[in-house]
Amino acid sequence: MYVAVKGGEAAISNAHRLLADRRRGDRSLPAIGIDQIVAQLTLAVDRVMAEASLYDRALAALAVRQSRGDMIEAIFLLRAYRTTLPRFGYSRPLDTAAMKIERRVSATYKDLPGGQLLGPTFDYTHRLLDPSLLTDAPVEEAMLRPAEGERVMRVSEILAEEGLIEGDGELPLDHEIGDLTREPMEFPMARDLRLQALARGDEGFLLALGYSTQRGYGRSHPFTGEIRIGEVEVELDVAELGFAVSLGPIQVTECQMVNQFKGSAKAPPQFTRGYGLVFGQSERKAMSMSLVDRALRAGELGEDITAPAQDEEFVISHSDSVQSTGFVEHLKLPHYVDFQAELDLVRRMRRDYEAGRDAGNDAITEAAE
Amino acid sequence: MSELATYNFAYLDEQTKRMIRRAILKAIAIPGYQVPFASREMPMPYGWGTGGVQITAAIIGPKDVLKVIDQGADDTTNAVSIRAFFQKVANVAVTTHTADATIIQTRHRIPEAKLKENQVLVYQVPIPEPLRFLEPRETETRKMHALEEYGLMHVKLYEDIARNGRIATTYAYPVKVAGRYVMDPSPTPKFDNPKMHLSDALQLFGAGREKRIYAVPPYTEVVSLDFEDHPFEVQRFDKPCALCGAEEVYLDEVILDDKGGRMFVCSDTDHCEDRRAHGHVGAMLATEAAE
Repeated sequence: MYVAVKGGEAAISNAHRLLADRRRGDRSLPAIGIDQIVAQLTLAVDRVMAEASLYDRALAALAVRQSRGDMIEAIFLLRAYRTTLPRFGYSRPLDTAAMKIERRVSATYKDLPGGQLLGPTFDYTHRLLDPSLLTDAPVEEAMLRPAEGERVMRVSEILAEEGLIEGDGELPLDHEIGDLTREPMEFPMARDLRLQALARGDEGFLLALGYSTQRGYGRSHPFTGEIRIGEVEVELDVAELGFAVSLGPIQVTECQMVNQFKGSAKAPPQFTRGYGLVFGQSERKAMSMSLVDRALRAGELGEDITAPAQDEEFVISHSDSVQSTGFVEHLKLPHYVDFQAELDLVRRMRRDYEAGRDAGNDAITEAAE
Repeated sequence: MSELATYNFAYLDEQTKRMIRRAILKAIAIPGYQVPFASREMPMPYGWGTGGVQITAAIIGPKDVLKVIDQGADDTTNAVSIRAFFQKVANVAVTTHTADATIIQTRHRIPEAKLKENQVLVYQVPIPEPLRFLEPRETETRKMHALEEYGLMHVKLYEDIARNGRIATTYAYPVKVAGRYVMDPSPTPKFDNPKMHLSDALQLFGAGREKRIYAVPPYTEVVSLDFEDHPFEVQRFDKPCALCGAEEVYLDEVILDDKGGRMFVCSDTDHCEDRRAHGHVGAMLATEAAE
């Protein structure tokens, strides 16, 4: 006879045991260490930190290991931890001009104060598989020069001197900076919240949207004003002390996209800007973010909103990988109660349809007779 | 990193719980209105009950008795997982008996047994906006609710009738709450809609990914939308439950073999077990006994 399905509990626990086994893999090989992941899969760790919005390399590496290298799963693990952390306060705005720069390139000027610094980049490498990485061959130490420690002016400041570029974004004086993780989202959003959402948005999604603006869907004529990667100090105002204290340096990637703008009823002809800022080293993400940020400013600048990348509600509602993956994957949960209801409806409609057809056939037969 | 393992009672920190409770109170004060709340990342994926879990986490106390169902059953994998989560992070008593529970978290069903005043039914909601598939924009749908502009929904139902001869919505069937807000009852089959009307129990709805909480307070009118000449009706099954003989309950269709053999059994497993314990016997059990 039929016995109602049981054993969910035992099945889940066995499945998780199998998962742990597969995660560890071949026991004759040494287990991969957290510090190895931090040191050698750095960019994976950076992506997890960025999209989880938690700057902690060791925890991000733990998440990468626990997720078997599934990036979105790792981001999810770290987010679910981050959300339980108490909020001590809000840092001061980062001063990226005071960054200890490791890489800095501008596509708008051949040379500029502070110079062009290539840093550790994949650019200009030939993408040929390197057999020497199959073994643990010794690797040369890098050649470094001591940092000059001077403030490196941003490209936007150069253009600003001529008045050819819009200023830094401004919000009303009484505007309190929003917190995406503490307040429910509302549309339309102010740019602070939008940038927060983009900063933790899925790299692939933002990449595709940024790309779409280059292909004519909300074209914004972008130039990479500047990309810089390096360490900046995070400072926190401590109420009891009355001054800001440093919490230490974090590595960030900043991108300023400079966009040609012919002017509109709302703004004069000038260069406008898109902004990207991401934890760790992630140029692709920072560039995509700045393209999408600029596209989303269409309304503010009086441009027509015609393309997906310009549609705030569409972009921000679908940019979060943890939300997207959860809802897409929930389709594998049982839906048989609803399916039963649909089954019943389709059967009934089918009966009506067949009855109608038979009645129709009878009528035709009668007419023929 | 060893300190990682410490989490607050019921996982969420107290500040977050307070924020959620405020949203719940507002939701109760305005029945059927979707209250935005700052939904948190939970340790289970969005779309898997994070809204319901946050509500349960915010209202559960050490003395509560929790029941979790999915598709009407206590032993579906996700129900098992959520129940285990609260056992782990809140160490509360759990039950499968509807009558014994103080909080029932559900996905896709309302228990068959009538709920009581001391019970709270917590729904997991995927898309809280009943107008979403008619108008994808939140900015628009909020306006439509504010203006009580529900014509579009009636047009949709009318078009169903014009095309199919009947309303082709079988689950997540829209209801009007306390004569004001049109509300999505979550994807429960419309069979369950009448149970929401004037219920003794408090009904709370949580949508984690969409960051909305809404509520139906006890003894509130919940009316399924319909037309005078096409009144709302629920699904009826031709046969009673094959195991317990129950009629007027929602049934799951179970495929028995590859020759078209099938049977219908209660979707509410606790209800079915309880009836069998009280001596009710369905056709299939009777045949077994005779053999």
